[in-house]
Amino acid sequence: MGTNSFIMIFLASMFANNILLAKFLGMCSFIAISRNMKTAFGMGAAVTAVTVCTALLNYLVYSGVLMVGSRFFPETDLTFLSFLVFILVIAGFVQLLEMILERFLPALYFSFGIFLPLITVNCAILGVNLFMIEQGLKYSFWQTSAFALGSGGGYWLAICLMAGIRKKLEGADIPKPLRGVGIAVIITGLIAMAFMGFTGMAEG
Amino acid sequence: MMVYIQAVAVMVLLGAGLVLLLLLAGRFLCNYGTCNVTINGREPLKVKGGGKLLDTLYDNQIFIPSACGGQGTCGYCKVRVLSGGGPLLPTELPYLTGDEQAKQTRLACQVKIRNDIELEVKPEYLNVKRFRAVLSSATLVTADIRELHFTLCDGGQLEFRAGQYVQVSVPAKGGSVFRAYSIASTPSHPEELELLVRRIPGGLGSGYMHKLQVGDEAEFTGPYGEFELTAGDTELVCIGGGVGMAPMRSLIRHLAEVEPERSCWLFFGARTEEQLLYQKEFEALRKRMPNLHVVYALSEPEKSPGWNGETGFIHLAAERHLQPGVKRQAFLCGPPQMLSSARDILLGKELDDKDIFADEF
Repeated sequence: MGTNSFIMIFLASMFANNILLAKFLGMCSFIAISRNMKTAFGMGAAVTAVTVCTALLNYLVYSGVLMVGSRFFPETDLTFLSFLVFILVIAGFVQLLEMILERFLPALYFSFGIFLPLITVNCAILGVNLFMIEQGLKYSFWQTSAFALGSGGGYWLAICLMAGIRKKLEGADIPKPLRGVGIAVIITGLIAMAFMGFTGMAEG
Repeated sequence: MMVYIQAVAVMVLLGAGLVLLLLLAGRFLCNYGTCNVTINGREPLKVKGGGKLLDTLYDNQIFIPSACGGQGTCGYCKVRVLSGGGPLLPTELPYLTGDEQAKQTRLACQVKIRNDIELEVKPEYLNVKRFRAVLSSATLVTADIRELHFTLCDGGQLEFRAGQYVQVSVPAKGGSVFRAYSIASTPSHPEELELLVRRIPGGLGSGYMHKLQVGDEAEFTGPYGEFELTAGDTELVCIGGGVGMAPMRSLIRHLAEVEPERSCWLFFGARTEEQLLYQKEFEALRKRMPNLHVVYALSEPEKSPGWNGETGFIHLAAERHLQPGVKRQAFLCGPPQMLSSARDILLGKELDDKDIFADEF
């Protein structure tokens, strides 16, 4: 099993290079939504869905239009548009997700509150899109889907871990100045250190 | 040069593609078709789905009280949704007690109509109508309380009971919000509406009501409110302060018209003498109403030299004057602390909790 197989890329991006715990992207929603397991789970699912969809769509746009040697404009280098294009695609998908959630899962829709539209500017999602093109396109379409699924899943895993720990913390006697976000950030650091144990399992 | 044209083309095409996708999605996801809304088991209303229950009912001439304009911040628009309301939303939870949740009470401004829906609303809401009225006169009765007289447009008549209130539609950013004001006029003049409004610095509703000029039109819905005078020889006790005078003035003038013999107490509390309302008017009414007792009390009498009436908090004045064991009905209107202290006093005077009606503001 090579380091670039689907399963290896998936595991590496989920554990060793966890987008949240190794790269510390997407912290705002991670801290804000992890108070309750149900909403944390929903948020993780929503971020994963958006990450996978947008990464694949952006892969197609990037390889088809933007990069040198692309399918439609092979001569010109349009990579300076990548930020704009990625953000636009992400924003569009979040809108779509909002409509779907409001229709089918209204309770979850309202429990996200402002953080649902804010998925648009979730750094983890843009991060995945940008890592994908870090040194040109390093992965094939399928490898990219593994990478996006792993990264989204990593966020999902981390936010659910955090929600579980915060639930336990409700009964804990925490020093007053650390209550709330303070202890949450410290715990994030501890989980991140634990996740460092995965380093070396695979090369990102 | 070529690269710029290509860049613009890429962005335009991508934007157009996304817009198209969202429009299509909106068409399929946000289309709920026609839904039936059944209210209190009557003939169902056919409405377009997708709207908020409160707005849809409003469009169908059913006016549920709401002060915040559907923002989910006042908690007034409670209705029972028997079926089709979907799950309870986190935005509603702070306003619903466990008992109300068990009875499927919801906030009409948060429930979206997605399918056929069955409701139960207070029957009185079905009699509520919308009116337009012209401000015919307005005076400042104290430094910050304005008395407004409206005449209803187009021969409209507001049939109400003394002690009820109306909701005035106040223009605001992004639509209108409603503010509740008790009616100070008497039911014998259904073509008129008198309100008392205290100016609150920065207040949206009171700012609007204080700025209205004679001849301006205003829109309101009403009447709302559950208070009903019991007939017979029950004694009426009114305790209040500030603009709480409005419903009590309506009640007492109504009694003067229909039952001038009835025994009635009015306790009105204020800080200083300047804040007292309608002393002369009640003095005159007492000639027609032999059993009317009016007690004004000042809580800061040292600021009103020459005051020789009662002093202290108004509920203590009520405690001193009322004898226990008389068959009574009480109407309280004032700030929350005043109402809860007055309620305790009245319960001590052997009033039943159900005979005490409180209108908080």
